[in-house]
Amino acid sequence: MSALALTVVHTKYNLLETARVPIAVIGSLAFPTLAFCLFVLPQRTVVENPEYATAAVASMVVFAFMSASLFSIGLDLSEQRAKPWAPYLRTLPGAAGARIAGLMASTLIVAAVAMVPLLVIGGLFTAAAPEPLDLLAAIGFVIVTAVPSALIGVIIGTTCGPKAAIAVTQVAMFLLAFGGGLFLPPLLFPDWLDLVSKFLPVRQAREIVVGAALGTGAPAWALLGILAWTVVLGVLAVWLYRRDEGRRYR
Amino acid sequence: MNALIRTESLVKRFGDVTALDGVTLEIHPGECVGLLGPNGAGKTTLLTLVEGLRTPTSGTVALFGGDPRDAASRVRLGTTPQTTALPEALKVREVLDLVGAHYPRPADVSRIVDEFGLDELLGKQCGALSGGQQRRVAVALAFVGDPDLVLLDEPTTGLDVDARRRLWDAVRARNAAGCAVVMTSHHLEEIEQLAQRVVVIDEGVVRADDTLAAIVSGVARRRVTLAGLDAAQVESLAPDAAVTIDPDTGTVTAVLADSDAFVRRLVASDLPFSGLAVRGATLEEAFLTLTKGAV
Repeated sequence: MSALALTVVHTKYNLLETARVPIAVIGSLAFPTLAFCLFVLPQRTVVENPEYATAAVASMVVFAFMSASLFSIGLDLSEQRAKPWAPYLRTLPGAAGARIAGLMASTLIVAAVAMVPLLVIGGLFTAAAPEPLDLLAAIGFVIVTAVPSALIGVIIGTTCGPKAAIAVTQVAMFLLAFGGGLFLPPLLFPDWLDLVSKFLPVRQAREIVVGAALGTGAPAWALLGILAWTVVLGVLAVWLYRRDEGRRYR
Repeated sequence: MNALIRTESLVKRFGDVTALDGVTLEIHPGECVGLLGPNGAGKTTLLTLVEGLRTPTSGTVALFGGDPRDAASRVRLGTTPQTTALPEALKVREVLDLVGAHYPRPADVSRIVDEFGLDELLGKQCGALSGGQQRRVAVALAFVGDPDLVLLDEPTTGLDVDARRRLWDAVRARNAAGCAVVMTSHHLEEIEQLAQRVVVIDEGVVRADDTLAAIVSGVARRRVTLAGLDAAQVESLAPDAAVTIDPDTGTVTAVLADSDAFVRRLVASDLPFSGLAVRGATLEEAFLTLTKGAV
């Protein structure tokens, strides 16, 4: 069976497991929409300005994908590694990356579902009104640009035990979300923070998605940056996965 | 030249603990080999190296002539999770399908279901199975890919007598159909039921590698306890025994091969013994005499 077909099988069973314990994903499904209602909707200056509103919805969607990638992948993976089922799967033939790719794919699918209520609320209660084609492009880009976050999740999951993974993920998520301009728009950043922020994959993802939604296009530094991150994190994740010999106790 | 597994001076260290200390071993097609040894002897470590889960510290391990870290080398290998750890939310049928998807030519699922008696379990979630049922599914998974070699780590731990018999029958049937089996156990009985060849491992080295009959007679030991004598007196009666004395109670324990002959000599010697008790020695106790060089 080809690596792609095996990835599809793993994606299918990941989604099936998730669907059978739905409470586990309610957090990732509801959290972005709740955060949007509580933090963005009360701000009339943002809600009534089509450009600001579109950027705010786009930022929140990027946040939804980032938190789902970090939490679902990082925590799931570290938990799986602590159990004997994961080492068993590693003894099977077939492409080694298929299981991880399946976990990434199923997580991104759940995040895509979580995006729907957010878009509906954004469309109904704010002035955001992107062109249909821009909206489609933005949705496509938000999935692709979530790959670096998913890879960070893989790296956390392969290097941390379950308890450490929770702590590391929370710190990473907060730093990336704030530094990436998802909580405060980068417009309000001091110059030095704006410069640092531009090197973060989440900031680059935000610029690409916001640019697509507004139809203004993305700056070259964001495209190059996120491509570089994807390659570097991808190589690091593969290397860590290969040298991983399961959870070790001292 | 067609060994399924070949290891050469295999060493694995975890920090300053040496789990395997130079194991050279070959497993051939169709064999059923028991890896026997006390807990912590290095049996499971050996299997994880053969499965490609870990890399050796030094020495080599080849699986079907290739590197076990390479997925292509594992196409004809079947393994089983050590403890019952099936994904709780998935149904048995789905787990069989998920595992089968990894193999280019998986076995006919209905045959596996039949041989391992999984029929009434197929629609149940793994979390709903009893320990014995999970064990049966876990062992069946090793055969899903229609392998030429399976590694079974403590396959029947925690099963009752009936369930153990059924599992042995199923594994025996697969072995008769040509699949080589390597199983670890610290129960001599389990090894006796299935294996034709036995490899005894202790403290990371191969202590013995022989036919079942030879090993069984080699490690079958009796444990004799008595009071009223000192260790030297017991040793003079049983030169091949591993003798220990409890300093508090003065009870002497001797682990030896022929307890009948020992008791005859003891009675004939007219020494003032008391509290004589004889029982079968555990494998751990038998290994003490093995390490003493008695085999």
